[in-house]
Amino acid sequence: MKVKLVYFAWVRERIDKPEEEIDIPETVVTGRDLLNHLKTLGEEYEAALQYPEVIRLAINQEHVDHDEPIAGAREIGIFPPMTGG
Amino acid sequence: MVALKPFIRVQREDFDLQTEIAMLTEGRQDIGAVVTFTGLCRDEGGSLNALELEHYPGMAEAEMARIAELAIARFSLLGLSAVHRYGKIAPGENIVLVIAAASHRQAAFDGANFVMDFLKTAAPFWKKEHLANGSTGSWVAAKDADDAARDKWLKP
Repeated sequence: MKVKLVYFAWVRERIDKPEEEIDIPETVVTGRDLLNHLKTLGEEYEAALQYPEVIRLAINQEHVDHDEPIAGAREIGIFPPMTGG
Repeated sequence: MVALKPFIRVQREDFDLQTEIAMLTEGRQDIGAVVTFTGLCRDEGGSLNALELEHYPGMAEAEMARIAELAIARFSLLGLSAVHRYGKIAPGENIVLVIAAASHRQAAFDGANFVMDFLKTAAPFWKKEHLANGSTGSWVAAKDADDAARDKWLKP
């Protein structure tokens, strides 16, 4: 499955790109699986996703939990806890 | 009755409080209370040169609208505006504005408070510090106190 990933704040800085389209293997079912898969793609991903439990996910621009299935997602946002306001 | 639509904007430029209030109240005779909250950039005792606000375009507006609609329904608001800036913001400058209009003051206070508590924890914005000594500081860490402030609205 091809999906667009968009990164923000220190996740974006550590991966060193704002977005990319990647091909996800079929074994990746949930958001948690996706984070664990990304961690295997290189040092920069390992650095960004070292503590996956703090990372927030959005599918098609809506917040989701890590156990949410990602099938059919067009865009997945990956970012740290928010600090606006 | 058609559900009230909030005014939501994410923008680089500053906002004007009087103009924003007038957008909610002009021509209205049913509004008895307007509460405004403005969040500003602090200089952190002189150590901070600027904050850089990053956002998730599209999702930021959508989340702000979702939160605003929850507040309108919960507190029977008669008007609600939320404006959030992005880009580099210097100490003393505005970051965020929430205006809640209602028949009576309690709903207006609660509505503005509710929107800010949820906006801080759910609207996709991130702050990076630029320090007065010229270096780029760190990303601002999320605070447990902000989660606690949000959670008080979730109690039965």
